[in-house]
Amino acid sequence: METVTITMKNQPALYLEADNVAPDKFAGKTAPQIAELHVYEGNTTSTLGKYFEVAGNAGATAADTRIVVKGDVKKVKYLGMKMSAGELVVEGSTDLYAGAWMSGGTMLVKGNVEAFAATGMKGGELIIEGNAGNYLGSAYRGDWRGVSGGKILVKGNAGSDVGQYMLGGEIVINGNADVHVMTHAEGGKVTIKGNAKSKLGGQLVDGTIIVFGTIDVMMPGFKFVDNVELEVDGTKAKFAHFIGDTGERHKKRKGQLIYGNLYKKI
Amino acid sequence: MTKTVTDVVCPFCGTLCDDLEVVVSDDGKQLTEVYNACVIGTEKFLHSQAKDRVTRPRLRQEDGSWKEISYDDAAEYTAQMLAKAKKPLMYGWSSTNCEAQSVGHEIAEMVGACVDNTAAVCHGTTLIAVQDIGIPSCTLGEIKNRADRILFWGCNPAHAHPRHMSRYSIYPRGFFTGKGQKSRKMIVVDPRVTDTAKLADVHLQVEQGRDYELLNAIRVALNNEWLPDVVAGIPAQKIREVADICKSGRFGIIFFGMGVTQTLSKNHNIDEAIALTKHLNEFTKFSIMPMRGHYNVTGSGEVLAWQFGFPYSVDLSRGFARYNPGDTSTIDLLARGEVDAMFTLGSDPGAHFPISCVKQIAKLPSVCIDPHQTPTSGVSKLHVPVAFCGVEVGGNAYRMDNVPIDMRKVVDPPAGMLTDEEFLIKVRDRVKQLKGAA
Repeated sequence: METVTITMKNQPALYLEADNVAPDKFAGKTAPQIAELHVYEGNTTSTLGKYFEVAGNAGATAADTRIVVKGDVKKVKYLGMKMSAGELVVEGSTDLYAGAWMSGGTMLVKGNVEAFAATGMKGGELIIEGNAGNYLGSAYRGDWRGVSGGKILVKGNAGSDVGQYMLGGEIVINGNADVHVMTHAEGGKVTIKGNAKSKLGGQLVDGTIIVFGTIDVMMPGFKFVDNVELEVDGTKAKFAHFIGDTGERHKKRKGQLIYGNLYKKI
Repeated sequence: MTKTVTDVVCPFCGTLCDDLEVVVSDDGKQLTEVYNACVIGTEKFLHSQAKDRVTRPRLRQEDGSWKEISYDDAAEYTAQMLAKAKKPLMYGWSSTNCEAQSVGHEIAEMVGACVDNTAAVCHGTTLIAVQDIGIPSCTLGEIKNRADRILFWGCNPAHAHPRHMSRYSIYPRGFFTGKGQKSRKMIVVDPRVTDTAKLADVHLQVEQGRDYELLNAIRVALNNEWLPDVVAGIPAQKIREVADICKSGRFGIIFFGMGVTQTLSKNHNIDEAIALTKHLNEFTKFSIMPMRGHYNVTGSGEVLAWQFGFPYSVDLSRGFARYNPGDTSTIDLLARGEVDAMFTLGSDPGAHFPISCVKQIAKLPSVCIDPHQTPTSGVSKLHVPVAFCGVEVGGNAYRMDNVPIDMRKVVDPPAGMLTDEEFLIKVRDRVKQLKGAA
């Protein structure tokens, strides 16, 4: 696997849209060719080389390419957008749309990410060592088909609207989550190891939410079924099992309504 | 002698009353009296006659004072500012006519700007929800003639849309609502006992920020499912009663305002309210309508949507239209420092935005186009006064139910003043030259 290192040298005055920083776009290119890729600052198109120092050539394919992003990229959007294979490591924090629409490969952010990380994700793995902003693993604005696969791990906290319109895949948040988890979801799983606030599973059609900590306010559309023993990420514990959202439409299987599930650790 | 102009349209709120009578002097230069309008609408008309009105563009000087300049110089300044910027923001548009909006969008497309209207801090969340799950709506005429179940959720028309209840929703005697108020059941959901709530048959004093739960609970009640004893401060029994009242009507309508669009859950509140409306249509006829604020904010959404495909927060910086509130919306653009020039027309962000955003406007190159002196003109580098839309110039505006209404000119503007559209055409033509477009 070949490694390309890009290091921020000239900070943008506004924000930079770097949707070409992904193994798929770098694959088969030499360092000078990569420096010629386009980036956008407002209505101005320029090259990656104007803002970043590029070192190392990419591998022949995306799967053979590893990108390391160094320096302050807090004002850079779209890192790892639509990546399908390979690796992307961001050494610090980054802005909106980290790993948006990714379908494969691994993206690691050692700092925080802002909103819309892993929007419309289809596969691959996104690991965020710091905190995530709002709309983590949600559908793109107006789309009713959200995250359909892949795995997201946030070691810190997440903002509001995690997994909106989720269809599949898995999100694990080691810290706390803000309001609205899996709104409108029809599949997938969100695990919150810390505390949750409120509006969990509003309009949930199908899917699973697991909360280890507290829930400030439960949705009225969730009713208690029974206590169950579950093994989550190697932890065996007793959980209270709720189903819902009873106000929402649900599919039927063998004449039975299929509800979403909410498990809260006792 | 004076003459009376009838059927005048009021350019204040989204109710867009079209039955005003305005008395003007014989030469058509002075406006003396206004009939039929609410107190706010009356003021809007009379304010155009203010003696201390600014009638020429003013440029801020180094020492903070204003220097009067010509409209041509003002257009040059505006065009230069927009053409030089990497990401200018063109905000407002809700208190002007659709014709001016359309010219503004031409400029925005040429300079690669972000275009946003006041929905960004108002009913923008409604538009997100509408895009997510659609909206079963109707016109205000249908409500007047048919509606017998009226819900006001998080809105206070008694103060914000003063003639709404008398013209459309509560008091009028319509074709199938011959008994007026007596034929209607009025439900108000508001954490405060507002003047609207005092008129209600049922007032649900919801806990602040728990509208989403309450809307959900009504849907659960419609499904005859289990409910907790109390939801959002309202007993389950009461929620089931309200669900029954809604179901028993022949035609119901939910009106909603800032109390749900800009409190916790935002677009999800509206999402759930629309879902509830859809749900109620399994039992009877139900509709839902946002209580739009500015008289032509709906029009701005319409014009933006047919020109660029999105109703607000449109980012044209890369030459194609993008839309994602949170990224392309005004508050975020200003608070995050994403834009390098600010153009305001027909709105007063200085009075309504968070202070951090207003400070940002003050730091940027900025132009404010507004007939009034406002907090926004106060922090802008250039203030361009224009004729009052709907008073001194006509044009098209959209009512809150998406019905377009042509406004009327009733008096002349002070001599030499331009309208929004005329000024924007000057700017557009200059931008065309600067950008080298044909």
